[in-house]
Amino acid sequence: GRALLAPVGPRVRAGPRAPLRSTASAAPLYDVVVSGGGMVGSAMAAALGHDIHFHDKKIALLEAGPRKEYDHMPDGYSNRVSSISPGSATLLSSFGAWDHVCSLRLKPFRRMQVWDACSEAMIIFEKDDLDDMGYIVENDVIMSALTKQLDAVADRVEVFYRSRAVGYTWPLPSHSCDTSPWVQIELADGRRLQTKLLIGADGHNSVVRKEAEIKNIEHQYDQSAVVATLHLSEATDNNVAWQRFLPTGPIALLPLSDTASSLVWSTSHEHASELLAMDEESFVDSINSAFWSNINHSDFIDTAGAMFRSAISLLKPSGTAVRQLPPSVAEVDPESRAMFPLGMGHATEYVQHRVALIGDAAHRVHPLAGQGVNLGFGDIACLAHHLSAAAFNGSDLGKDPRQWSGERQRHNVSLIAATDVLKRLYSTRLAPLVLLRTWGLQATNALPPVKVRISLEWGL
Amino acid sequence: QLSLFRLTVKRPFSTSHSSVDAKEIKKFQLLAHKWWDEEGEYSALHSMNDIRVPFIRDTLLSMSSNYLRGNPLSGVKILDVGCGGGLLSEPLGRLGASVTGIDPLEDNIRTADQHKSFDPVLAKRIRYKSSSLEEIVEESMETFDVIVASEVVEHVADLETFIKCCSQVLKPEGSLFITTINKTQLSYVLGIVVAEKIMGIVPEGTHEWEKFVPPEELEHILESNGFSVKTVKGMLYNPLSGSWSWTESTSLNYAVHAVKSGAQGQSGPTGTPSETDIQQCSATAATAG
Repeated sequence: GRALLAPVGPRVRAGPRAPLRSTASAAPLYDVVVSGGGMVGSAMAAALGHDIHFHDKKIALLEAGPRKEYDHMPDGYSNRVSSISPGSATLLSSFGAWDHVCSLRLKPFRRMQVWDACSEAMIIFEKDDLDDMGYIVENDVIMSALTKQLDAVADRVEVFYRSRAVGYTWPLPSHSCDTSPWVQIELADGRRLQTKLLIGADGHNSVVRKEAEIKNIEHQYDQSAVVATLHLSEATDNNVAWQRFLPTGPIALLPLSDTASSLVWSTSHEHASELLAMDEESFVDSINSAFWSNINHSDFIDTAGAMFRSAISLLKPSGTAVRQLPPSVAEVDPESRAMFPLGMGHATEYVQHRVALIGDAAHRVHPLAGQGVNLGFGDIACLAHHLSAAAFNGSDLGKDPRQWSGERQRHNVSLIAATDVLKRLYSTRLAPLVLLRTWGLQATNALPPVKVRISLEWGL
Repeated sequence: QLSLFRLTVKRPFSTSHSSVDAKEIKKFQLLAHKWWDEEGEYSALHSMNDIRVPFIRDTLLSMSSNYLRGNPLSGVKILDVGCGGGLLSEPLGRLGASVTGIDPLEDNIRTADQHKSFDPVLAKRIRYKSSSLEEIVEESMETFDVIVASEVVEHVADLETFIKCCSQVLKPEGSLFITTINKTQLSYVLGIVVAEKIMGIVPEGTHEWEKFVPPEELEHILESNGFSVKTVKGMLYNPLSGSWSWTESTSLNYAVHAVKSGAQGQSGPTGTPSETDIQQCSATAATAG
């Protein structure tokens, strides 16, 4: 009991200690338990389940919701979509899920045009070759593919639906003879599990993270994102992702098909509520105005911007790009409007003894960069690789995978910080800052090496 | 570079022709419960798994024709001599092998049994026995596919006897893996003076430089007892990172892979065992596999 709690420094967590062997032995022991059956948690379980070195291992996936059947995709598009980077697509195909996505539906895009509402500044991302930059995929399509691939390895991966963990019991970091070395999990229905490694993929309000007492740096933005499914005025080669930075927040149009696009509009809470409440015509007008209006331009900025552009074209004739015009919207799918609050978060540690955090449980970003789920998939690629090697070495899987977490933190922190900075930089009409970002954007657009680097950083 | 991992083997309490050194056992008695503290006295041995397990695994995989998915060592019977707390037995068990771990010190076996008991897969695949190598020879003639003697031979009282007994319990063409410390000026300075007396990385008195074994001597004993030495590799410990790596030089730590000659004394350069060899090991000098 408590007597075994030798002072081992700040890492000792309060809460129930590992039970004595006799009581713990009844609970089934898993090699890995993934808590959270969303896109990231399901992909983690599927990646491990398909790993050759996990052939004889036992994996469990805990999902609080019911099992959803995705056999039949509805004709209409879902309003929750993700921008999937080529890197993420590679991960998904490593365990056979990408084929399913392709056979359902997805929209590749070749180009991203990002521009400012307060000036003419614009940046275009596109690949020189004819490769896709990324794919817009409905979250339901991804979940359908993941569920299929989990079913395919049901002998290795046990999925517990309608199962919420209500309690975790942590083992002592250094093994003491009488107590179980494993993490004990208690489910709401009283069932117990034990695991050598617990992976927390339970979202930005992660219970695993809280129970493990891992500090989280978080900040609620004064913004909500409004999503909707839109129909375009006319069919077009809809292969460009559009994003315009308004002073109130970025508005993005992500292609779903030649006639439909998905809206992600980050704006103030009040404005978001207004957008949801207004009638469909006004809503469509607001969107078109947001993309087309130059009301936020000031003569000063326009002049300064034009001067800078001339300067660039003298030095680097090809440095200014042709601006394409975004499509105009005709209709919004009824019932497709929704909003959700935005924030940022970053866990100070991704791992502890026998615990690892992935996805939004570890890091939460603003959707302006379209990176949220890609960061999570990046975590999976890295962690699965590490665990696969550990399994092939016969190692104890729960041993602190610090190497993995160091790598991921270094990668994620810079991207999260940059996203946060961009969000703040673009949330203003103040002339000096507008000028700064205008020139910055123009310069970045003119400098291929910087542009390429940004693309690579964002997994594009 | 320090050679710090030694604390594994206890010599069996046996009678005559014993490879067990009673003095050696006393040294490890005190630390019998510290095996699984990965940041403790045995931390260098824990990190040694990062190179010795892949070495054993890959050597065996390259020699076998079938590979069972997810279970690289499935069906392989391994004897871990001087298993201590089971630090090497457990990863080998996780890779699918049936492991028998022996150690003369009962407290070590107790710790090892205790630790494996929490994992039902390991509990089934590994069995531990408090015993000397000689004591199991009679009942285990040519039983094992593989013997691992990691950080053992530098504690042995009589190396020749030890190797002969290994040969007895190993199947023909079975593999023997040894890791140990060379007897050089460097190993005296780094392995004893620095590691024990100055940096205290190894408990003082653990090592006796006199008992370190140069690879040439080990190779000679192996070859004259029916083994063919296939690989000798140097190992290097980095005390700053706490990790091991392979290296060209064998002047400190090194690993050896040797294969017992096949039935009818074939395939080894030394051929048939000598008269004295047969007399020394108490079991019948059977040649059938």
